[in-house]
Amino acid sequence: MEESRKSFHDELKNLEKEMLKMGSIVGESISKSIEALMKKDVKLADQVIRDDDIIDDYELDIEENCTRLIALQQPVAIDLRKIIVISKLVTDLERIGDNASNIAHRVKDIGDQPLIKEMQDLPGMKDIVVQQLRESLEAFVNMDIEKAKEVAARDKKVNQLDKQINSELLNVMENDCATIEQGTSLMFISRFLERIGDHSTNICERTVYMKTGEWTELE
Amino acid sequence: MNELKMEVKNLDFYYDDFQALKDVNIPLESNKVTALIGPSGCGKSTFLRTLNRMNDLIEGSRVDGNVLFDGKNIYDQDVDVVELRKRIGMVFQQPNPFPKSVFDNVAYGPRIHGLKDNETLEEIVIGSLKGAALYDEVKDRLDDSALGLSGGQQQRLCIARALAVKPEVLLMDEPASALDPVATAKIEDLIDELKNNYTIVIVTHSMQQAARVSDNTGFFLMGDLVEYDRTDKIFENPDDQRTEDYITGRFG
Repeated sequence: MEESRKSFHDELKNLEKEMLKMGSIVGESISKSIEALMKKDVKLADQVIRDDDIIDDYELDIEENCTRLIALQQPVAIDLRKIIVISKLVTDLERIGDNASNIAHRVKDIGDQPLIKEMQDLPGMKDIVVQQLRESLEAFVNMDIEKAKEVAARDKKVNQLDKQINSELLNVMENDCATIEQGTSLMFISRFLERIGDHSTNICERTVYMKTGEWTELE
Repeated sequence: MNELKMEVKNLDFYYDDFQALKDVNIPLESNKVTALIGPSGCGKSTFLRTLNRMNDLIEGSRVDGNVLFDGKNIYDQDVDVVELRKRIGMVFQQPNPFPKSVFDNVAYGPRIHGLKDNETLEEIVIGSLKGAALYDEVKDRLDDSALGLSGGQQQRLCIARALAVKPEVLLMDEPASALDPVATAKIEDLIDELKNNYTIVIVTHSMQQAARVSDNTGFFLMGDLVEYDRTDKIFENPDDQRTEDYITGRFG
């Protein structure tokens, strides 16, 4: 039998595609912000800050489309839940973008000073949160609850790394007051990555809601 | 769940060899609005008409199962069908006022049930017109022909006419499908008012209307009651995939 609301469902698919495009830009921003830190690349940091405007535009555009579809198409059931979830999910993506941009600002503060310690854990943490983001969006697209739960569970590792980085930096700062300024910036960067992980967990929770109609706290 | 005004149990309905309803079970709560949705030919109107035995007159039709009304099966031999339809009134898709005055339309039911006293009649007519949210619009034209009213007013007149015999249940078969959006909104507001005093069952093709006016919704498909639940549950997160496919337009 044929589908009776094809053009509406096509629009819904487009909305999802736009959201995924936004997600991939956001993911790149996270990677670039840490790359800028490790390579002391202020220009790359500037690009992350500029790209945040693009991300903000995506959010507004997708939100507007969600509102329009609700007003004009009166979606119900899974369609309604999907639109509600997309409109919330783009806020998470936008916040992730803000965090990447915050990292870039800190990178610019640090400038070309040498790092006060080896920071290999930050790129490691970045890899985890970028993958978390990508896979949380995959779980959303495939409405895969198990995957969503699994991705959310990985947030523990991110929180752990954040704590560990903090205490190592504190150690360095305690021994040498001159490192406090940069040390604080690095602590913030670690915290921004940790926040990004929280937003990916939100995306996983919203995916569970979309599929089941019930909100649950994951982690 | 509230007290049940009616309860349908294992209801089968046949038009000759064709089974139009298959083992339908549905509770109808007192003072609630129950909406019946489903594609054309799914059996929802047939089902509505089994609730006050309007199908009795269709030759070759046959009913199995029970329709309990305050606990009594309306298909029992000793049930007086005229009395039954007085207690379970009906409003149809097309407004069908009699070619009489507004007053006489509403007074028609009480009169054929033997009421003659003019004062009481007037009381009933005015009360029913008020109950149908029509009185203020027609109070100066009670003696004018009902055919001069607008479509929306005619439909509310038909509701007033149904109310005049003091029913307990109101069955509505697409009551707003022939009306414009403003008249439709008035009927929907009225349904919300009426449920304080009546139990209402409404068949509608408009899923949005079902979502707006009803407390409970039943989804029919090819004679089966696929799903029956609270209306918010049906429209937010139905249990059955067929319900979801139908209400989201992915039917197939």
